Amino acid sequence: MGDSLIVRMEGELDLKTADAFKARVRAELAASGRIRHLILDLRGVPFIDSSGIGAILGRCREIREERQGRVIALAPRRPVRRVLALAGLLRLVDVAETQREALAMVKEGSAVP
Amino acid sequence: MTLPEGIANQVVLEFPSKPENVAFARTAVAVFAAQLDFTLDELDEIKVAVSEAVSNAVIHAYGDTVGTVRVEAAITTGGELILRIIDRGQGIPDVAAARQPQWTSRPEERMGLGFTFMEEYMDAVDVESAPQAGTRVTLRKAPARAPIAR
Repeated sequence: MGDSLIVRMEGELDLKTADAFKARVRAELAASGRIRHLILDLRGVPFIDSSGIGAILGRCREIREERQGRVIALAPRRPVRRVLALAGLLRLVDVAETQREALAMVKEGSAVP
Repeated sequence: MTLPEGIANQVVLEFPSKPENVAFARTAVAVFAAQLDFTLDELDEIKVAVSEAVSNAVIHAYGDTVGTVRVEAAITTGGELILRIIDRGQGIPDVAAARQPQWTSRPEERMGLGFTFMEEYMDAVDVESAPQAGTRVTLRKAPARAPIAR
């Protein structure tokens, strides 16, 4: 679990809030070069739009391209899941229904050379 | 107050182009739209579309200054929701290009998805824009389970 960053998100992710999310995750990643995987706990997020998608996409690039890791969306609610799908983000992000499942996914990802 | 012909109800919102007002606009419009027989999914779609149109106005219309964003929401006597999101800002130089998926004038930020969401989630999207005069986005949607009376 030492190579996964779990981000527990609360509230709507839009133009007003996306920058804070971006800055916080960036800071956490910059503070630890050991982090390879990002688990976004979306259970507390009732709404997302393109500003939120843009913020998540930026972090996907960083994790996938620079750290060869995986990004997991943990239990997105229905409206959020639909927007992730419409944006094509589910090609880059895997969905887990529980934290246990999310951790198992990144563990299995880590085993791949 | 006399309503225009064909309009059963309407509200108008006006607010400064600040990011914190995007949530207010989409929530207020969704509450108004709930007067029609929209499903929860459809109300969520309306919220996303309004969020995109208002975010565009907040980000692009007035550069680094704050201007006014106006949202007109109407319900027609036929049971259709019509939304107009209006700014008096700098306008969109090339509307056709702006509506292309993935196009964005500020890369990395919103990846040009705004219009894609509006088009996917609303029945019709119309954009009128003139340089230095502003932009007016018109969004229309009727509840799928209650077809509009013609």
